[in-house]
Amino acid sequence: MPDTLTAQAATRTTAWKQTALQGWGRSSLSPCLAARPERLRELRAALEAPEGRTLIAHGGGRSYGDAALNTDGAVVITGRLDRILGFDPATGELVAEPGVTFADLLEVFLPRGFVAPVSPGTSHVTLGGALANDVHGKNHHHAGSFGEHVLWFDLLLPDGRMQRVSPESDPALFQATVGGIGLTGLVAALCVRLMRVPSNALAVRRRRVRDLDDFLAGFAAAAGATWSVGWIDALAGGASLGRGVLETAEPAESGLEARPAKARRFPIDAPGWLLNGASVRAFNEVYWRRVPASGQQVTVPYRQFLYPLDAIEGWNRMYGRQGFRQFQCVVPPGPGEAALRQLLETVAAGGNASFLAVLKVMGPQGQGMLSFGMPGYSLALDIPARPGSEAIFARLERITRDAGGRIYLAKDSLLSAEGFAAMYPRADEFRAVREQVDPNRRLSSDMARRIGL
Amino acid sequence: MSDTWLILGASSAVARAFAREAASHGAALLLAGRDMEDLEHQAADLSIRYGVPARPMRFEARDLASHAGFVAECRQHAASGLLNVFLAFGVMPEQAEADADPAVAAGMVEANFTGAASVLGALGPVLEAQRGGTVVALGSVAGDRGRKRNFLYGATKAALLVYLQGYAARLSGAGVRVLCIKAGPVDTGMTWALPRLPFMASPRQFAAAAWRRAGRGGGSAYLPIIWWPVMTIIRLLPTPIFNKLNI
Repeated sequence: MPDTLTAQAATRTTAWKQTALQGWGRSSLSPCLAARPERLRELRAALEAPEGRTLIAHGGGRSYGDAALNTDGAVVITGRLDRILGFDPATGELVAEPGVTFADLLEVFLPRGFVAPVSPGTSHVTLGGALANDVHGKNHHHAGSFGEHVLWFDLLLPDGRMQRVSPESDPALFQATVGGIGLTGLVAALCVRLMRVPSNALAVRRRRVRDLDDFLAGFAAAAGATWSVGWIDALAGGASLGRGVLETAEPAESGLEARPAKARRFPIDAPGWLLNGASVRAFNEVYWRRVPASGQQVTVPYRQFLYPLDAIEGWNRMYGRQGFRQFQCVVPPGPGEAALRQLLETVAAGGNASFLAVLKVMGPQGQGMLSFGMPGYSLALDIPARPGSEAIFARLERITRDAGGRIYLAKDSLLSAEGFAAMYPRADEFRAVREQVDPNRRLSSDMARRIGL
Repeated sequence: MSDTWLILGASSAVARAFAREAASHGAALLLAGRDMEDLEHQAADLSIRYGVPARPMRFEARDLASHAGFVAECRQHAASGLLNVFLAFGVMPEQAEADADPAVAAGMVEANFTGAASVLGALGPVLEAQRGGTVVALGSVAGDRGRKRNFLYGATKAALLVYLQGYAARLSGAGVRVLCIKAGPVDTGMTWALPRLPFMASPRQFAAAAWRRAGRGGGSAYLPIIWWPVMTIIRLLPTPIFNKLNI
């Protein structure tokens, strides 16, 4: 009798549907078969992709490019695996399923005095995605990237085995999976240590910055700050190249009255003409002038400082139907300073309507074989997908590569295989681990194929 | 003194969302189902997020003989306040599958109706004795009128509705409220692979609405509310026209 029921349950566990997914930049539409497991049993079943297709995990869908896309392949959407499995308030150690988001952590643990040790720029990122991209935040200069705070994870290997992986138990597999853009297995659970904070708010200092030199000096002076980030007006050229706003933040001793977050929604795909040199220039000008010339000190909720873009849901629609691409690189100090100037000049000269670019100081090299983080400066900017934007990217890639820097895979959609090889010196180590755990290449993605993995 | 919600079929996405809703209001949870690994995960999640007791319990809707023992176990583990019930289990194989294989058809009737009637029957005396509490059961808009696409599933849900009407009448003297939710499609594993369905609710929205509706009393209710006018029209369509529609 229970046989039929089990059979029904089994068909449900492998529910695949033909659909099309996009990266956050929305620059391309990727048809695929997708499954969305709701429990571990279904995740295991999803490993068996239909028709011998390759597979990639897809978390919050906040990778800008094609890291979590698998055109004509299979995609496992992990967002429904969103249970918190354990928490120890004495150590801050959290065990969670991969679909738990930074927004969940903020909601559940900030009232108890804990935040994520490292936060990407949006709270809609899942923890599984944070692990696979070894994400970093505005505190990379001393906290490192997400992987530094991961104690272990349970990895569902392509052959169906479940393995608990820690830096001690299997250093190679740990380092291949942290930042490994999902190519070593499906994460079923992970343990990360949260950070204790005294209140629900941050004391933020903002000051106007005249140009790039002023920025670099400002960052050097703020090396002791817990969080720091620079917003650059990427359209300002000439003498004001690199002008912007420098923000630093420390945990505030006393908090603010908790208020539920209200996100506004960007209502439509903006028409293509809306974003042009003039409108973006005006926006950037206002953003710069909003900070008084004498500087500003405010106390703000964590959400507002860590996830400013989350205030407008679906802000990516601002770039219209064609979408946009994000460029983010890190360049080492020294040669990197000249490279930053060249990168900004290239974008400013192209007249590409990029909203605020983000400049950050980066700290230690991440432990993942494909980790992005390394000492230097990170620059991120949006470029609307228009004819000619590929050529600009090729120039930006060249400048980055010549300076000894690298491009961030979580944001990328255009990096060349040669560029990848030059920027990621541990790629062969990564390939060796992949050869061991996935000799038949059951896991793959558009990005993996593009960059020659 | 905190109340308890017994969630029958607790691994389904709708039940999971409802359990979170109940936990966020301070209720203790008994999570009943077959996938114990999953129920353990869910119990951990509820107790960490909301600080409420949550306990996985093994439950098989079609194993009718086990229901009396199961209910006794529920009584033992319920918190000191009222015991409430959210009945969410059910299966929805395709009509064609059920047409081709009588075992599939019978399995669906057993799970969706016989199992539900049996466990509710066993819970009846407990609810009567405590003189209060709420029972919420997931019916379906499919139970309003038999459509080509899934009338066997619809029939099981229609039967459940009639059962619940009588169950409500019997328990009304004891102050127990019984609500049958005529659910429209919800964005869950059950509907994931189906062609795009209209007025799809997220489990979270659905659960929040179900919680609010349960607070207002028993009876039956369409959720999302848009299904009330839609189903009113579908019910009133003259048969010759209805039979021509491919819905």
